[in-house]
Amino acid sequence: MATVRIPPVLRASVGGEKELSAEGSSVGQILRSVVESHPDTQSQLFAADGGLNRYVNVYLNDEDVRVLDGLDTAVGEGDVLVILPAMAGGVG
Amino acid sequence: MSPSGAEVLRQIKSRIDEVDPSVVREQVTNGAVVLDVREAEEWSTGHIPGARHVPKSFLESRIEGAAPDRSQHVILYCQSGNRSAWAARTLIDDLGYENVESMTGGFTLWKDRGYEVDLPRTLTAEQRERYSRHLLLPEVGIEGQQKLLDAKVLLLGAGGLGSPTALYLAAAGVGTLGIVDDDVVDLSNLQRQVIHSTDRIGVSKVDSAEQTITALNPDVKVEKHQLRLGPENIMEILPGYDIVVDGLDNFPTRYLLNDASVRLQIPVVSAAILGFEGQLSVFKPYDGPCYRCLFPVPPPAELAPSCGANGVLGVLPGTMGLLQATEVIKLILDEGEPLIGRLLMYDALAATVTEVKVRRDPDCPICSRDPDSITDEEMGVFPDYEAFCAGAH
Repeated sequence: MATVRIPPVLRASVGGEKELSAEGSSVGQILRSVVESHPDTQSQLFAADGGLNRYVNVYLNDEDVRVLDGLDTAVGEGDVLVILPAMAGGVG
Repeated sequence: MSPSGAEVLRQIKSRIDEVDPSVVREQVTNGAVVLDVREAEEWSTGHIPGARHVPKSFLESRIEGAAPDRSQHVILYCQSGNRSAWAARTLIDDLGYENVESMTGGFTLWKDRGYEVDLPRTLTAEQRERYSRHLLLPEVGIEGQQKLLDAKVLLLGAGGLGSPTALYLAAAGVGTLGIVDDDVVDLSNLQRQVIHSTDRIGVSKVDSAEQTITALNPDVKVEKHQLRLGPENIMEILPGYDIVVDGLDNFPTRYLLNDASVRLQIPVVSAAILGFEGQLSVFKPYDGPCYRCLFPVPPPAELAPSCGANGVLGVLPGTMGLLQATEVIKLILDEGEPLIGRLLMYDALAATVTEVKVRRDPDCPICSRDPDSITDEEMGVFPDYEAFCAGAH
């Protein structure tokens, strides 16, 4: 069981939650389990080819999973996944 | 009877090597340590460029800071050539320096020859008072305060993030603040844009910000750019600034800024806010990642919250703007650990800060290349750039 931090832009798709707990032993398994419970996140997280969208970064603890093993990166008990989509100023 | 002071000096001068100012002038660039042994008041009226200052009265205790190697070539000078002769004897006889010379005629002869002189800048009495709490910090001091006064910082927007940043940078004595904003002050801005005021509703934001800054600190020169940053003007505005502070509200301009700042090698202190949360990072070209390394492409319009009006807790841009101001000052002073290659996420409701690493992308379409090879045509461009977030504001 890992903790997944949900950024503000995705919260509406997960019922307003800031954090979810999800099952899986890899980044890909955990994100797909998030999508299973909250189908609206599918198009936001994953590109058509099944990879992560380029405008979304996912960090295992503080490291970008792209410099680890991507979606295959192993996730241990108690690890935290941080989802970080690009954000602009929002309000001038 | 002991010899007179003049007699002793004559003896010393006969034993040490003396050197003409014309030779010293050449030696300054040849790696010799040129040491000014006069008092602080004399040094502050002007000195030889490149010289180090160690007053004669502190010679024994401070010489190792200026010339740690005793075989190093050291040239001493004072006002007329006498004190430096005494000092040379001390270095040779008492401290074991092997290659010491004293400049004949001292700084007076140097000036009479018309050679170049460095005039150390000093703060006015008013500046010493105004910045006294900075001067007490060893990390700032007079030198750091002068760096701040010399710095030119460009603020993109005098809005939620730009307001607190501008106020505190002005208070800190950042000498030139450029402000880019094409907007006028609106009543709904005042919940967070603290540089403006109720009686300035309808006034242009650059004028309103200038009024507040000038009232706070007349040392600060405000450069007003009343326009919207775009591909047609960015390369005219950015050059000449040391740091850009980015609080941009839309993605196309954010990528445009990134590409231009990499090309010009100007660091960008970037923040973004939404609701109760903020992000902050420093993009210093070629030292760390650029914005495209972090996010190679912008999100589609429906996932880009910048494309519509969003709520924000009024104090949040204050918090994030002041974190930006702090990073700016650190960069100017070259102190501390700047937020390069790191991204900080602040959650105001949870009162938590999360930090993640940002890596340079070796294949980054912009910062993996020579800055001179980045062209006007490709800056800020994406395949669907024109369609992106049409009319985003």
